[in-house]
Order: sequence, then C-alpha cells, then structure tokens
Amino acid sequence: MHIDWLAFTPGPSLLGGVLLGIATSAYVLLHGRILGISGIIGGLLRPVKQMWVWRIVLLLGILSSPLWAIFLLDMYPVQIIDAGWPAVILAGLLVGFGAQYGSGCTSGHGICGLSRLSPRSLVAIISFMISGFVMAYILRHLF
Amino acid sequence: MKKHFSLISQYLIGVLFGFGLMISGMSNPQKILNFLDITGDWDPSLLFVMLGAVLVGLCGFYVVSKRSQSFFGGTLHLPAKKEITRPLVIGSLIFGAGWGLAGFCPGPAIVALGVGHLKALVFILGMLAGMEICERFFMSKAVQD
Repeated sequence: MHIDWLAFTPGPSLLGGVLLGIATSAYVLLHGRILGISGIIGGLLRPVKQMWVWRIVLLLGILSSPLWAIFLLDMYPVQIIDAGWPAVILAGLLVGFGAQYGSGCTSGHGICGLSRLSPRSLVAIISFMISGFVMAYILRHLF
Repeated sequence: MKKHFSLISQYLIGVLFGFGLMISGMSNPQKILNFLDITGDWDPSLLFVMLGAVLVGLCGFYVVSKRSQSFFGGTLHLPAKKEITRPLVIGSLIFGAGWGLAGFCPGPAIVALGVGHLKALVFILGMLAGMEICERFFMSKAVQD
C-alpha cells in the first residue's frame, strides 16, 4: 500500500464530513427521517401524496448547492469524471439497482447506518466497499 | 406556517449536505476512485469524511433515540429491520461495483448535475432505470426474504 500524500486532504475531508454529520443529524431531529439519498430519489418513482414535495425540495437543495458555493464562497467544486459514457450508464444502472435492492447507499447505510450503530448497515458498507475495491482494482490494474 | 418552515429546512439541509460533499471531496468521482484503488496511489481522505460524519451523527442519533417525535412534530421513521438478508448483501455488492466503476454515488451525482456535467445526468437516468428494474422485477422477492 502506497499513500498518495499530495492527494490526501484530511482537513477539508474531516470538515466536510462534519457538515454531512450535521445535515444527517438535523434531518433526523427535525424531520424524523434517515437522510438517505437513494431512498429519497427512489421514493419519487412511486410518488406518494404529501411526500414528493419535500423529497423534491431536499434534492433541489443538493442540486443548487454548487451554485451557492460558486456565488457565496467563490468555490468551484472540482469534479473529474474519468469514466467513459458506456461506463457511466452501466454504473448508474448498477448503483440504482443495488441501492434499491440493498435498501440504501453511501449516505443511508454509510453515514446514518454507522451513526445508528446498525448491524445491517455495517454489513452493507463492508459489502459495497469490497466490490468497490475489486472494481477499482480491475479497472486500474487489469485493463 | 409550520409546513413552510419544514420545507425551508428541507432545502437548507440539502444545501448543507451538498456543501459537505463538495468540501470533503466526496463529490469528485476521481477522488472516490483514488480512495477505492487501495493497491495503487491510495488517497485515504474518505476515511476522514466518515470519521467526521459519524462522530457528529452518533450524537444526533443518540438524541433522537431519547425522543418519540421529531422537532417538527412528526413521527420518527427509522428503519426497523434487523435481519441480515440476501438482498441486503447482494444489492450492496452490486451498488459497490457501480460506485467503483464511475466513482459516483447518488448524492455526488446530484451535485455534479448542479454543476452541469452531462455525464451526471446520464448516470442519474441510469440510476432511475436501475431502481425501476429492481422495483418492478425483484422487489416482491426481496420482501419475501
């Protein structure tokens, strides 16, 4: 194992993590729900009255966050997408199917689940980390 | 009035969540892949994202566990399932494969859509299709398990 010290950003990552923790805590305290993005998006496929509005509003918050970052903080988020178009489509299908079938994603299982000390979420995290590591290995070292 | 406050709160929490993703580096697919590539030049930053998020989250969910209602008065909707099921493991394995393929998970993809990346739009459409396929052809099985 070799650590890439130039890419390593412990400070901003810890700070960003704290913000994610505040957001998930505020969400469950104020709204009584798990801030799981895949669940919130998935809920839009079968819209339930009185539930789709807040789901859309929350997603609009995330969607517009880069605009606030650019205009308020002059911070342009760096996003480099190396994957090609076919890979992006396949990745979307796998992520959508997997999150729905496994009842959660990196936010619902990852952040909320660990914070709730949920054994189910721990199993989910270990599972998606393993396949994530394997996929990254295949793509970067076998091709 | 309360309903309006509730919606404003939903929006602001969404913005805050987006800031968390951007500042931490989670919203950058390349950084995700650099984290998942443990045998290459490894970027362990994501461990610090989880550390920060979970330390705060533990406090938040501890407070919630002492309450019977949310602050806006609604009932708590927390997952009640306890069993480790096959769909949980298989679904998560499939999720991870997709995550490692492009470096996107649902939240960061929405941030990237906000920035204007066309690939994020395609990813999200694929994600919706994947969810629909699961819902339509596999979900009754998942419930039976």
